[in-house]
Amino acid sequence: MKITVDRSKCTGLGICESLSPDVFEVDDAGELVLKTDTVPAGILSDVQEAVAGCPTEALRLEP
Amino acid sequence: MSVRRLVVVGASLAGLRAVEAARRDGFDGRITLVGAEPHLPYDRPPLSKRFLDASGTDPVPPTFRTEEALRTDLGAELLLGDPATFLDTAARTIVVGGRTIGYDALVVATGATARRLPGAAGLTGVHTLRTLDDALAVRRALDSGARTVVIGAGFIGAETAAAARKRGLDVVVVETQPTPLVRAVGEAMGGALASLHLRHGTDLRCGLSVTSLEGEERVERVRLSDGSVLDADLVVVGTGAVPATDWLEDSGLTLSNGVVCDETLCTGAEGVYAAGDVARWHNPAFDRLMRLEHWISAAEQGAVAARNALNPAAAKTYATVPYFWSDQYDSRIQFVGVPQSDEIDVVDGDIEGDQHGVALYRGGDRLVGALAVNRPTEIMKYRGLIARGASWAEGLAFARSRSRSRHTTDA
Repeated sequence: MKITVDRSKCTGLGICESLSPDVFEVDDAGELVLKTDTVPAGILSDVQEAVAGCPTEALRLEP
Repeated sequence: MSVRRLVVVGASLAGLRAVEAARRDGFDGRITLVGAEPHLPYDRPPLSKRFLDASGTDPVPPTFRTEEALRTDLGAELLLGDPATFLDTAARTIVVGGRTIGYDALVVATGATARRLPGAAGLTGVHTLRTLDDALAVRRALDSGARTVVIGAGFIGAETAAAARKRGLDVVVVETQPTPLVRAVGEAMGGALASLHLRHGTDLRCGLSVTSLEGEERVERVRLSDGSVLDADLVVVGTGAVPATDWLEDSGLTLSNGVVCDETLCTGAEGVYAAGDVARWHNPAFDRLMRLEHWISAAEQGAVAARNALNPAAAKTYATVPYFWSDQYDSRIQFVGVPQSDEIDVVDGDIEGDQHGVALYRGGDRLVGALAVNRPTEIMKYRGLIARGASWAEGLAFARSRSRSRHTTDA
């Protein structure tokens, strides 16, 4: 599964980082950094929760 | 008993997430979503932020889903425009606009209502800022260049003041507490954050209350407890919200600053769960009853309440470290945990001096809260620490290591 960020929607609130810190991190400038763009083994449900929990609906999971 | 009909009362974020979670989990029964406002479910945080910006055109309401998506994709019946007025937990019915509706599972997500100012009735130009209609009215007033007085220096008040200043309008913020944001971040850090207002030309008056609003039909003046009088075309009242539980007075549910729930969001009545601003539930992460008015907890509770209501035998607990954010002027304020504390330590930056930094909150020997001002990369790391039950010493040690890496990066 591939993770994508819609930069026009993301405002760097960091909820994804708190749910799945191995994949998401907000940097010092408030920009979301994807540490990887494919879901690492074993944490799909965390990433799904992060995608579903994004307040600006900026995250997507694609096969 | 198998659940064939889920009724969700409250068509804001928590209510919407309840419907979505039910469908995502494969519930194929009937779902009815009841909303007091005529609008489709919409997102509230933007209403006091970019929705108030001058744009020249009418702003687009921050609606979550189209009516088509709600009715067809989610298969929800929408009952919008009338509040629920009664709950009978024995008969398993609610009353909406005179109609009686049965349920097998019920999610109560009626939110909170903005507190109004006594004595403001009958004067135009006085608004709360909670609903889409409120935001439209405030925006129109700002468009016409209103001299603005904001009552209450909490988040709504601060964000409204920031919006007015962004347009170059004169704005006074009146707060009864000694500093802004006392309830949200505590008095000490509230004091540090007062600098944001002062830096941006907002006239902040703390320790004062409003004694009267004056004017013929329209508000014209605000009189304060020190005798001073402020000219005003627009008064925005941001003095908090009270849980919308009036309709539950005779329901038998336990009401005490919200609908009291256990750690699974169960109200104690069979099949009845609560979520969002109206719910005061036992939060296992802090082992206490909490009622939060935060976006993220409303969203998460909505989903948990629906799942638990549909399958009480497998009910899951909802534990969370509270998180909220606020955008004021050009600053982002983020807070995780709870502000009630025995000690606060600014571990990074200078929040008062240059509006950048991190403060940690100690409760006993535990790290219980963290405030970040324009430090977006720091905040969630502390949320993780607090969730793990980190000690105060661990919190301070982590802060030192972050500070070292920051200085290495800067060098």
